[in-house]
Amino acid sequence: MTIQFNDETFRGDYTFKNSGWALKRFPFPFHEDSYMYSVNMEQHKGGPAGSIYEKRFDVDEHYLSEMRDRAEVLKEDPLRCQSLPNMTLAGWDLLELIMVSKSEDYPDMFELQRKGDKWRWINKPMEIDDSFTFLDEATLPYGPMEYITRQTQGDFVVLDQRDENLWMDAGMVTTQADWSLDFDIGMNFFEWHAPVPKAHEMGIFVRALKFLLNVQQGAPARRLNWTMTVNPLLDTSPENYHKWGTQKRTVTADNIGEKQFLRVELQTFFRLPRSNALVFPIRCYLASFNDLMTVPKWGRRLHRVIRDLPEELATYKGFIDNRPMMLDYLSKFDDGKPTSNGIWPDRETEPLRD
Amino acid sequence: MSNFSFPESIKSRPTYAKLEARAGKSYLFVADAEGAEAIIDLASNDKSLMFKAHVIYIPKNTGKKYTSQLEKLDINQLYIGPSYTAAQSRLKRTLESSHMGLQLFLSGTEGLIGQAQRDAMAAGIPHTAIQSEHRGSVGRRMQCVHCKGITEDVDVDPFVCSHCGLSLFVRDHYSRRLAAFQGVCIDAEEPGNIPTAVELYK
Amino acid sequence: MSGSEKINVEVSKIIPLNNLVTRFEFKRIDGELFPTFSGGAHTIVEMKDGGIIRRNPYSLMSDPMDQHSYAISVRRDDEGRGGSLFMHNSLQVGDDMVLSYPVNLFSLDLRAKKHLMIAGGIGITPFMAQIKQLDRSQGNWELHYSARSPSLSAYADELLTMHPNNVHMYYDSENKSIDLENLLDGQPLGTHLYICGPKGMIDWAVGQAVNLGWPSEAIHYEEFLAPKPGKPFQVMLLASDKLVSVGENESLLEAIEREGVDAPYLCRGGACGQCETTVIESDGEFIHMDHWLEDEEKLSRKKIMPCVSRFDGKTLVLDR
Repeated sequence: MTIQFNDETFRGDYTFKNSGWALKRFPFPFHEDSYMYSVNMEQHKGGPAGSIYEKRFDVDEHYLSEMRDRAEVLKEDPLRCQSLPNMTLAGWDLLELIMVSKSEDYPDMFELQRKGDKWRWINKPMEIDDSFTFLDEATLPYGPMEYITRQTQGDFVVLDQRDENLWMDAGMVTTQADWSLDFDIGMNFFEWHAPVPKAHEMGIFVRALKFLLNVQQGAPARRLNWTMTVNPLLDTSPENYHKWGTQKRTVTADNIGEKQFLRVELQTFFRLPRSNALVFPIRCYLASFNDLMTVPKWGRRLHRVIRDLPEELATYKGFIDNRPMMLDYLSKFDDGKPTSNGIWPDRETEPLRD
Repeated sequence: MSNFSFPESIKSRPTYAKLEARAGKSYLFVADAEGAEAIIDLASNDKSLMFKAHVIYIPKNTGKKYTSQLEKLDINQLYIGPSYTAAQSRLKRTLESSHMGLQLFLSGTEGLIGQAQRDAMAAGIPHTAIQSEHRGSVGRRMQCVHCKGITEDVDVDPFVCSHCGLSLFVRDHYSRRLAAFQGVCIDAEEPGNIPTAVELYK
Repeated sequence: MSGSEKINVEVSKIIPLNNLVTRFEFKRIDGELFPTFSGGAHTIVEMKDGGIIRRNPYSLMSDPMDQHSYAISVRRDDEGRGGSLFMHNSLQVGDDMVLSYPVNLFSLDLRAKKHLMIAGGIGITPFMAQIKQLDRSQGNWELHYSARSPSLSAYADELLTMHPNNVHMYYDSENKSIDLENLLDGQPLGTHLYICGPKGMIDWAVGQAVNLGWPSEAIHYEEFLAPKPGKPFQVMLLASDKLVSVGENESLLEAIEREGVDAPYLCRGGACGQCETTVIESDGEFIHMDHWLEDEEKLSRKKIMPCVSRFDGKTLVLDR
């Protein structure tokens, strides 16, 4: 398949735009008119043709621009990508997983040739053609995890499984929703989730951990998570918070439609074979309120979800101050009609707005 | 007694308990200031622990108050040092030549406990096997998430990063690897709007 | 879906090693490569023994990097439910079988400064794969292997030849046993201990280590807990509306599966928790054989692990 790649920015002048195709496949995360945490895991085994679920590692029109943004972030702050010494083998597992998956799922864009441990990887969109020896770090320009994640959309957290827990021992984290890899690396599942309000008391993490500890080779899982961002800024890191924090105050009733973004994370979980580690890719999709309102069902639903969201969640997700303004805008798109279950737009019964 | 009862907090916030005797091949104690009280208490229950013990003690500003008491305990190896940083190379060398069966006891400020724990973990001791009892000051080691610099003995919120000068609020989110709590810019959304600092836990 | 992904294989080699242990090697029927795995992983071998389908877990002992073939070693158990006997007596080269994707409940801690391995009898199998994995990364390991006699110590020759300095053998027949206290004493900080063998050996080794002050995070073990045959009993599967008779030579889980009910499982050895089943009603005695449930849970009469546990009494109603 051929994708027309955008040339856009996720900082500064923010030229990011979603094409009609991108919007059509946007993972609207709410299947009902309210939201509360749940262990909403399902098998990651394909999905409707053209959807973000179809391929193991989804590639879209934002690919090249996202990789350019990642390279910028890493240049400014190399600590966004770290791997504790025990995780190098897992890094190789991840490199293999992504190379095999992408060369099979997108043969026009990616090619992998293997002769024993002599591999050749061709990434056409990024104009990369590298030959290396599998398991020999000296033959790659970066460690294996860094090498392959500099070419793959989304953040990656690699978890060591030991003592009935998962430990965040490696990661490439440049598009995070406000958490620091440098700080959290070395923590276990409950510890890195410590700041999330309400969820611990609900037992969410105990159940989620039990599920994740049992994810096996060949049987990956997935779920959606979401938050809000002002401007299509991917690097909403705590490290740079003192630089982007002020942007929240630049939202006005006039510009909220184009400046307020729903940020949805497609989280997947793959067991890695040689290391028995678990990789947790976090793929970020952005859509502005203007974009979302073109789908009548989403317009109604988003208003109701944001209106009824408990205060602690809105605070934790960082938009409590802007919530009133968001509701002023969103309420205009909520005519009170009932919404259908599930996340997909009702295209037959309700065409898109212009 | 200078015990402080920490309020219940998030899952990444370290918790402490009274030191207890445990079977082991050798015993290593690292303590600062009022942390010596925990060693003295433990020894009062079982003097024999001290015969196999190596104690690294940093009095800070407690002068001779505790050193004199420790000197009376028949400790096999007692080292009194001026700071954790000065004692660090000694601690690392000791850990290097230690064997499985070493019991590690930490007591005193969170900063001392955190740093010794960090260095012990690097030497191969699982953190859950390390006992730690808090005594004395509740000042924290804080890492500025922005410049990565660590500010020591923070006991007010917000505080000023001693490296980059940003005003940071104190989080309970804690990293064993860095042996520090997280500090985040308090006026990121409204630069200049910095609340008056209040003492921690008040 | 129960268990993990499946692979169709045929038996490519059957090599008896001694009176008790035989090695079985498998090739994929579709000609594709086997998934690679981490040392310590096992596969669930599905075998058709007459009308019965048995599923037994066996450690993968082949080189994790060898994706052309998988190898396991099976110790014949004359008192078992019949799985090992079937494999020893009835299986032939060329026969079709089904293997599960590898699952690892006994993995190496890659942070360890040293891996100290204690093997008893057939417990040597997971270490075979782990040693090959560690050798590729210049890992620091040492193996102490206790067996009945030189003729009944599978793979000892191979191990001693390849690793004369790291492998130490102890034969019951020569009255040599592992001097564990001395062995554990003096191990460098950061050593991890791995034990695989009979329950008695595991309990003894773990106990010694704990007494010497080793932290539990540094102690790892895998017991090959095969479900034991036992007195037949009846169980009501409420959700499926089936009354099932569990025979003497099948486990509760196998009986449930025989009835066509798709119950979740993973390790089939009482260790992983996947088959945990809620008990709705009971009148009789629980025979808990697993390592998964806490003591209170075992006493609560509300949970059972059907892969290895049984029941003796009038009524057992399960939520299945």
